[in-house]
Amino acid sequence: MSDRDKIFSAIREALAPLPKRTEKPEWDDELIVCKPSGEFDSLKAQFADKLTFASGKFFDSIEALATFLKEEGSTFGYCDPALAHHFEGWNDVTFDTDYEDSKVDDYLFGITKASAAIAESGTIMLNDGDTSARLGALAPWIHIAVIEEKDIVGSIGEAIERFGDDPSIIFATGPSKTADVEGILIEGVHGPGIQIGLVV
Amino acid sequence: MKSFQQIDRHARDLDPEVHESNFMGAKLKSERRYAALERDYPEPDKLRETAGLIKQHTLEHLDQYLEQAEKSFQDKGVKVHFAFDDEAVNSTVLQIMNDTGSQSMVKSKSMVTEEIHLLDYLTNKGKDVVETDLGEFILQIDGDHPSHIVTPIVHKNRRGIAKSFEREGLGDYNDDPATITRRARKYLRQKYLDADVGLTGANFVSAESGRIVLVTNEGNARFCMAANRVHIAVVGIEKLVPTDRDLGLFLNLIGRSGTGQQLTVYNQFIGGPKVEGQPHGPEEMHIIFVDNRRTEVLASDCREILRCIRCGACLNVCPIYRQSGGHAYRSVYPGPVGAVLSPLLAGNRFPELADLPKASSLCGACNEVCPVNIPIPDLLLRLRDKAKREGAKEAMKGTPNLALWATLCSQPAMWKTALSMGHTMNYIPTEMIPHPSAKAWQGARKLPDFQGGEFRKWFKNRK
Repeated sequence: MSDRDKIFSAIREALAPLPKRTEKPEWDDELIVCKPSGEFDSLKAQFADKLTFASGKFFDSIEALATFLKEEGSTFGYCDPALAHHFEGWNDVTFDTDYEDSKVDDYLFGITKASAAIAESGTIMLNDGDTSARLGALAPWIHIAVIEEKDIVGSIGEAIERFGDDPSIIFATGPSKTADVEGILIEGVHGPGIQIGLVV
Repeated sequence: MKSFQQIDRHARDLDPEVHESNFMGAKLKSERRYAALERDYPEPDKLRETAGLIKQHTLEHLDQYLEQAEKSFQDKGVKVHFAFDDEAVNSTVLQIMNDTGSQSMVKSKSMVTEEIHLLDYLTNKGKDVVETDLGEFILQIDGDHPSHIVTPIVHKNRRGIAKSFEREGLGDYNDDPATITRRARKYLRQKYLDADVGLTGANFVSAESGRIVLVTNEGNARFCMAANRVHIAVVGIEKLVPTDRDLGLFLNLIGRSGTGQQLTVYNQFIGGPKVEGQPHGPEEMHIIFVDNRRTEVLASDCREILRCIRCGACLNVCPIYRQSGGHAYRSVYPGPVGAVLSPLLAGNRFPELADLPKASSLCGACNEVCPVNIPIPDLLLRLRDKAKREGAKEAMKGTPNLALWATLCSQPAMWKTALSMGHTMNYIPTEMIPHPSAKAWQGARKLPDFQGGEFRKWFKNRK
């Protein structure tokens, strides 16, 4: 008997004596929606609040972002070619639009597209089909997710409804972090130490 | 104090520094959990009760959901494998590595691979495997084992870790947690880029869409499917949930329950190899569904424990775990969940771990915090009963023989005599009392004269 058959017959044997089986409960979408932390006049404002709460950084000005990158000394990176037109006016901050694997440690920032953003949690959603290079969104110290304002949804449930058939969807809520050593919070373990949401 | 039970002895002999790390780590996570749930929901209990019912429903229809999941994954081009026991999982992983010409593996945290000792197995077969979760990486270089499901090195402090890094040539002694983390980042970065295979577990599996869900904070699971060609997911069959919509409920619970985060930093939904045109990421994905005695648990009267989503909340809140730490449980799963699950997963080694269900005051806190509402205290009682029926010696240590007491209780005349005459024991020299527990009692106190009997008289003479 194959392992598959062994497992299925063991499951059926285990369940056969049950006099009745638990029904799947009905639940309302509202059950899991988090109370907002204040009054917001737009999903963008709520997203900005929650992203900041999750130690992420919110920008809606391309000039302000350039200033921030210069302050961080992060003046060379990678940018999704389809997004490069947003940053044409930048000087002092440069980027490649072809990801070169040999430069994985040279790219100080990476700019890729966010497929959606979630206001209730400050989450950025990255679909594989929308991400020009996985390493561009993961390896640099700073990741900038470019979010179109129309793609900000209210809840986690609404984001899940947008999954489609993409094989690799990532919810990123703030920078990579650990508290493994004595419960002390450290940001930037393997992934970005600074997570930026840029709304355009 | 004289301790007979292994877990008591472990707690008594624990290094005070380790005790402090365990205790404070657990307390902090518990407090954060309460704060996050109270802040975000008017009735957080409704979420966990619903989640518990969904999981129970899934388990009681597991054959249907597993079949559905198999088909969903295959439709997405994922290769689906089944493994009945530890040997089958290990050899399947090795086979996939050999078939794909793979030598090196980066591995993210997975409890099921701890059950089957995958790391040792592959290393013995000559493969290069590195754990990439910071905590698990430190355990690997120390040859140590996790003591907590979510925070595996909660028993270690920064000084010990700094010494390990120095010994492994990762830099001079430096116990600053930020420096420790940077050094691991640098070292592991190269491992990710060089690896052939990335291996992950899964926190949830959606039967409907054929997706595994990975819940992490560090981003190591993302890196385990970025530069490598092959992705293998090793998944217990109890991880299934029916639909993608259900995932929203579970993700809202797991972060808050485990660490007090609204969501963990990364939630990945993976169903298949990378999309066409994507320069990075695995070209093939394998999923291995693992039984390893889960169907035995399903057949037992403790099947509710299979709802567990491994958040660690019951460990953090447990007064026994806080005192003893995770290693005291001598098994992969510590704390209240481990006291139920570990003896059950031990198969015919059940008697060796049969004392674990006694490591509880049955205070019920574990049930109250459980995001899937598992009645852990009830399950502990069922396992105590099982241990007694099977005469498991490990469970009986320090328990007095109650045969004499049982006889006394079942004979009304003897019981009455004992009540009225009990105090005559005071005149027998303690060392001459034949029964050890009666001797222990009399050694410390004296019995008073019997003063009752009024009720019995009234009851006997009532009209």
